Amino acid sequence: MSAVDLQRRQFLSSSAKAGGLLLSVQLLGAQHLMAKSGSDAVFSPGLFVAIDASGKVTVTCHRSEMGQHIHTAVAQIVADELEADWAKVVVAQGLGDPKYGDQNTDGSRSVRRNLTRLRQAGATARLMLRQAAAATWEVPVEEISAENHQLSHAGSGRSADYGEMVAAAAQLEVPDADTVPLKQRKDWRYIGTAVNNVDLQTMLAGTAVYGHDVQLPGMQVAVIARPPVLFGTVKSLDDSAALAVAGVSKVVRLPALTAPAAFKALGGVAVIAKNTWAAMRGRDALKIEWEHGANASYSSKAFREAMLEGVRKPGEATRTQGDVDAALAAASQQVSAEYTVPHLSQAPMETPAATATVSADAAEIWACTQTPQATRGMVAQALGMPPEQVSVNVTLLGGGFGRKSKPDFSVEAALLAREVGAPVKVIWTREDDIRNGYYHTVSAQRIEAGLDADGKVTSWLHRTAFPPIPSTFDPSQKLPSIGELRLGFSDNPFEIANMRLERVAADAHVRIGWLRAVANVYHAFAIQSFAHELAVAAKRDPKDFLLDLIGSSRHIDLGKLGVEYDNYGDSIETYPIDTGRLANVVRAVARRSDWDRKRADGRFLGIAAHRSFLSYVATVVEVTVDDKGQWRIPQVHVAIDAGTVVNLDSVRQQCEGGSIYGLSCAIGQITATDGVIDQGNFDTYTVARMAQAPGAIDVHIVDSTYAPAGVGEPPTPPFAPALANALFEATGKRFRDLPIPLTIKS
Amino acid sequence: MKLSVNGKAVDYDGDPQMPILWFLRDELQLTGTKFGCGRALCGACTVHLDGQAVRACVIPMAAAADKAITTIEGIPSEHSLKLAWVKHNVPQCGYCQSGQIMQAADLLQRTPKPNDAEIEQAMTGNICRCGTYTRIRDAIKTAAESSS
Repeated sequence: MSAVDLQRRQFLSSSAKAGGLLLSVQLLGAQHLMAKSGSDAVFSPGLFVAIDASGKVTVTCHRSEMGQHIHTAVAQIVADELEADWAKVVVAQGLGDPKYGDQNTDGSRSVRRNLTRLRQAGATARLMLRQAAAATWEVPVEEISAENHQLSHAGSGRSADYGEMVAAAAQLEVPDADTVPLKQRKDWRYIGTAVNNVDLQTMLAGTAVYGHDVQLPGMQVAVIARPPVLFGTVKSLDDSAALAVAGVSKVVRLPALTAPAAFKALGGVAVIAKNTWAAMRGRDALKIEWEHGANASYSSKAFREAMLEGVRKPGEATRTQGDVDAALAAASQQVSAEYTVPHLSQAPMETPAATATVSADAAEIWACTQTPQATRGMVAQALGMPPEQVSVNVTLLGGGFGRKSKPDFSVEAALLAREVGAPVKVIWTREDDIRNGYYHTVSAQRIEAGLDADGKVTSWLHRTAFPPIPSTFDPSQKLPSIGELRLGFSDNPFEIANMRLERVAADAHVRIGWLRAVANVYHAFAIQSFAHELAVAAKRDPKDFLLDLIGSSRHIDLGKLGVEYDNYGDSIETYPIDTGRLANVVRAVARRSDWDRKRADGRFLGIAAHRSFLSYVATVVEVTVDDKGQWRIPQVHVAIDAGTVVNLDSVRQQCEGGSIYGLSCAIGQITATDGVIDQGNFDTYTVARMAQAPGAIDVHIVDSTYAPAGVGEPPTPPFAPALANALFEATGKRFRDLPIPLTIKS
Repeated sequence: MKLSVNGKAVDYDGDPQMPILWFLRDELQLTGTKFGCGRALCGACTVHLDGQAVRACVIPMAAAADKAITTIEGIPSEHSLKLAWVKHNVPQCGYCQSGQIMQAADLLQRTPKPNDAEIEQAMTGNICRCGTYTRIRDAIKTAAESSS
């Protein structure tokens, strides 16, 4: 029996016992209609919560689970306002459906955009259960309490489990969510606590279902030879040896990709087989001559030099304060530096995988996707079907990091399933993932600053050049976009009288895409490295100097400066650029790391701080360097102010993992020669292993009642500059060009 | 050929060169063992072959004849490592964790009380992109202590 079949069966048997209906809808797909306002057996007021007669609460999570534990957070929020017994709560994964609103699980926004509506969902159900009890017992609803899964009436001494009131509650009209009272913060039961990941047991049992694990009756597996160069095409194909491989049933030429690449399939030649191994061997046996096309001119080494030339000349100013040129000329000390960051690959442990079934008037997808609605739209477009005929099931994601917010792999599965006339699972090998990705862009930056006689920074000129993400959707786009500049560039938090920020154009030759924290990674690297360079030039303590750069506690009003800035799509009133909160995490991490203590044991510290996704993070990295030049990280300290947080342990995990992801960003690189990616697997694409990982990561979460902000991405950007700054302290060597080698040559 | 998987006898008559990973996943539908790299570079596919940790993505079926394979599904939930993994809430996405646990089990069989260097040496072949390394290290120590 397949994993999905098994899950369906287990589910059907458990729901049959409980008389549940809604959970089956979540797993069985769009063909089944949802009970609209509940039935005798199930009470389901709205999209997110259903309670059956046994009292089991099913919380639907409409966001994708990729290790950030959003399943757990959504359940905590709903269960808290519902006053549910945590032991009786299960989580179902929502299908891709516009009824949920936005489902694109990126931008660290699942909690901040949903906290209120999920609280309302839980509170609505709780209120209706109270109303049902009041009607049943013929007492005023104000006298009914609902706590920890129990309804009770003190006056009469009556009480009932939630399950007993399901039938009565299902008959009631659902109140307007805005009229439902919410708990006071002090009464929160689950929000703001540490709760274990709800998927933990199935993960440890080996029964959790990821994109790779989907099995359907009669399913075939496809492995695809994609063009090595973007927009390359098949010049000639000899598939005779591939078709001779035992188990291979078919070879299919996919349509050639034309610009823009967007979320479309890359093209190439697919080998269809009865199992993964046969499909892989079949692909190896294909003889393909490629027409590489114009991108074969791409050499990332030469490109880097060209970008550096670009940032040495004036660009287009996107933020201007005071007179930078005059202030630079008048400075008693001028400092300048150039920084480059290479392409990176998200490289989630689970490579992209999608399974599709397609008939004349319906398609169904199972995929490890961060973006089920875009998947639905792109599959519908590729098949020439209305989106309503496409249903998208979201599996667990074995990591995402932005790679799985592109639905190209589901489009491949849909096209092949239609061609083959049977369910098809497309598996990307690691080489496919590394060589045919949507890469973190390549960037060059130059910063010039002037200091006065007291060592105070009076001018700051920063230029950034990188092929922008919009180039993937419109090849004429060459200027860094406003949407990327807002990620740690336009929102520079330093209090400097004369500041000019400029953007410089760069052409894209590969698909450019999102990677955890996106442009914040390279902007924070340059700005926070340069802050340290300035501290060295001014002969000041780097932490004190950073605090001076951040300056007074204030809200930066970019609108007043004429800067186009959308604040991660959220209101600047709720989420100001608050330099006081940034300075606070710097002071917090300094305390935690005992910054001022002299280290006698060859340990050196580096610090960096950055606001991203509306959160504030400061990181201290401690390094040692042995006589062979090999460096280690015995300890890392992270202080985060993410406003209101839902799960303390998830936040800790994201700070730990986000730091290690930032470490990988500092030591890995993707390069291209003649348009072909040079790396292919974990032997050539370096990512952090346990041997490089910090010995310990100490996380301090600022206790905050501010609005909830991002958690999944903000811990990543400060890591690389904190590491580079620590290595400078240890060796006197400045790393301005990533990657940092694992062994430093003296 | 005959072999056993998690204590059950199974037959295989397909391509002897097929890595055991695909036999487990595609034929037995034991999907707890994961594909990560296909070249023994990441450890996501780690299983035990006659009690020793191997990378299932590169070991051909021919090498498993008359041998016993244990996968994550064959490790009981009350195993000291799984309990320690719960205690430290180790997994984030969870995808690499079955390989991590199988590798850690191999380590504890050979070295019941590993120090930091021994843990690192045994585990550095297992990549976790979510970055759970510090918790993995702590959980291995907890498991080692609990089984004394």
